[in-house]
Amino acid sequence: MSVLKRTVIGFTVAGAIATLVLPAWAEEEAPPPRHKWSFAGPFGKYDQGQLQRGFKVYKEVCAVCHSLSMVAFRNLAEPGGPGFSEAQAAAVASEAKISDLDDKGAPAERPGRLADYFPSPFPNELAAKAVHGVAPPDMSTLAKGRTYERGFPWFVLDMFTQYQEQGPDYIAALLKGYEKPPQGFQLPENGHYNKYFPGHNIAMPQPLQDGQVTYDDGAPQTLDQYSQDVSAFLMWAAEPHLVQRKRIGLQVMIFLIVLAGLMYFTKKKVWHGA
Amino acid sequence: MSGHSTYQPQNKFLQWFEKRLPLGGLIHSSFVAYPTPRNLNYLWTFGGILSFMLGVQIITGVVLAMHYTPHVDLAFKSVEGIMRDVNYGWLLRYLHANGASMFFLAVYIHMFRGIYYGSYKEPREVLWILGVIIYLLMMATGFMGYVLVWGQMSFWAATVITNLFSAIPGVGDAIVTWLWGGYAVGNPTLNRFYSLHYLLPFVIAGVVVLHIWALHVAGQNNPTGIEPKSNKDTVAFTPYATVKDGFFMAVFCILYAWFVFYIPNFLGHADNYIPANPAVTPTHIVPEWYYLPFYAILRAIPDKLMGVIALAASIVLLAFLPWLDTSKVRSARYRPLFKQFFWLFVIVCIGLGWLGSKPPEGIYVILARIFTAYYFAFFLIVMPLLGIFEKTKPVPNSISDSVLGAKV
Repeated sequence: MSVLKRTVIGFTVAGAIATLVLPAWAEEEAPPPRHKWSFAGPFGKYDQGQLQRGFKVYKEVCAVCHSLSMVAFRNLAEPGGPGFSEAQAAAVASEAKISDLDDKGAPAERPGRLADYFPSPFPNELAAKAVHGVAPPDMSTLAKGRTYERGFPWFVLDMFTQYQEQGPDYIAALLKGYEKPPQGFQLPENGHYNKYFPGHNIAMPQPLQDGQVTYDDGAPQTLDQYSQDVSAFLMWAAEPHLVQRKRIGLQVMIFLIVLAGLMYFTKKKVWHGA
Repeated sequence: MSGHSTYQPQNKFLQWFEKRLPLGGLIHSSFVAYPTPRNLNYLWTFGGILSFMLGVQIITGVVLAMHYTPHVDLAFKSVEGIMRDVNYGWLLRYLHANGASMFFLAVYIHMFRGIYYGSYKEPREVLWILGVIIYLLMMATGFMGYVLVWGQMSFWAATVITNLFSAIPGVGDAIVTWLWGGYAVGNPTLNRFYSLHYLLPFVIAGVVVLHIWALHVAGQNNPTGIEPKSNKDTVAFTPYATVKDGFFMAVFCILYAWFVFYIPNFLGHADNYIPANPAVTPTHIVPEWYYLPFYAILRAIPDKLMGVIALAASIVLLAFLPWLDTSKVRSARYRPLFKQFFWLFVIVCIGLGWLGSKPPEGIYVILARIFTAYYFAFFLIVMPLLGIFEKTKPVPNSISDSVLGAKV
């Protein structure tokens, strides 16, 4: 046996032990279950109905505490999103109160316009912290700013299977992950036990319950449905051009594969007899 | 070894111009008539791919800079503005962010190829050292670019990396304050990183010109590691190398596009979509994947100063390769033992990368120390000694002999 073979086998065994033994040490959080997302994979698209329902959940529940400061009302009517008409988006905007200045330069509130961004529930982070103890995070990039550890070898396979939905999977699981703390778990005051939150002690109380939000499209009014819908909505809020990206991606892929094929045969021809 | 230029323009204006500035002749001798060994494999297309990636990074970067604001309160927002409101801004940013990864992937393949085929050996020492300088500049540029996003990982990576300088005895803290432009990573830090991130790519481009110049003086190495002896051993750069480079560049772009369009955030870190917050430290601070092996080396050593020295040494050592490798035979093809140590080195580098992403505890630390030891042993023990003790295989007489399968 060569030096290389022996060492490779040695390292493989060491690596296998490491991968088998270590996760057992770190076995604290269960990985969030995988959901079926319409926007997953190379042909993925947002489901307009789902985004509209998710928006309703956001507006009636999340928006009470969480800001969505980088999303504007006009975005609601832009292609690839929830598919509201411009009039509908303007109606949503007009319900919001925007702090602005009046003609004399004095602070004043006015109804929102399409160009306005979603107003935040608190004037600043300190004010939010004073009410909740911890400032509820802004939701604009939340679906891309949350993930969970995939571990070897899954993270390698994710490259090929295009699994990019760790964020929404985690958020959906978190919303459904409220449980009674297990025996012996020291839950601090004002803490809430969540199966999927790192460390399990989350400041946010369970935000969603069955039947809390009324859907008018006949979708089930269950916690399961709410959490998936709002996670999909947050994914759109974080990545509003996902549909365009995947559509252009397919065109680019076809172009590049044809180009590479043509280049290959050109190369063969040129090198023939060289 | 620049090809003899037979460039004689037909056009009257070009003739007039050529007499005053022989630019056409230079291009013709460097990229058309230039003789390239006929036996180059696809690993030799990465030089072209790297030039292409540098171009992509500069072009996308210049446009991104038109929309970016280097201010602690606005940087993250302006990046999100690019992602949301700039026409095809998401495409520019994903091309740029993943472009950096592809650039490093290509440079690692390019460097490993150089080590495998002994491309750094006489007379290509200066060519190799220029390459090491480009790599160092790339690391600095990539690091500062990552900071510009001003997400959590940007901020904390900047803090951790700049803090390394505090390990220098005596003046360390003063240097760190000077680097930051203050007493913590803040707006002055972001501003200077932006300025340097814009400047360094052009410095890289300048060194690339020197790198290519040195290449065209010494000529390309090839898989046999023996110099071309006659015209039979070489082909003209154009069309042969150009079309081969072009084909593989298209293949490389398929990989690049896969990342950009389908998994644009795979190589990034979720925490960097959280705006920078000096009051909250992320649980695990990890650099971008292309720095992970060096990060593992840094953390493998229990002493901070020694860790920093090891980190610096692991990169600087590369520049001394031409003298550390004592073997008379260039290519690993004819070096059975070196070949095995080389592949082990590749595995160790990948292993260090994986360890760099893990918390420094338990078995990870032990593995990182073993791998770090091998990393240095490869350069300092294996390379010098193999040249003396290794029994190499017979080398073919010429490149054409090797291609046509002539027995030696």
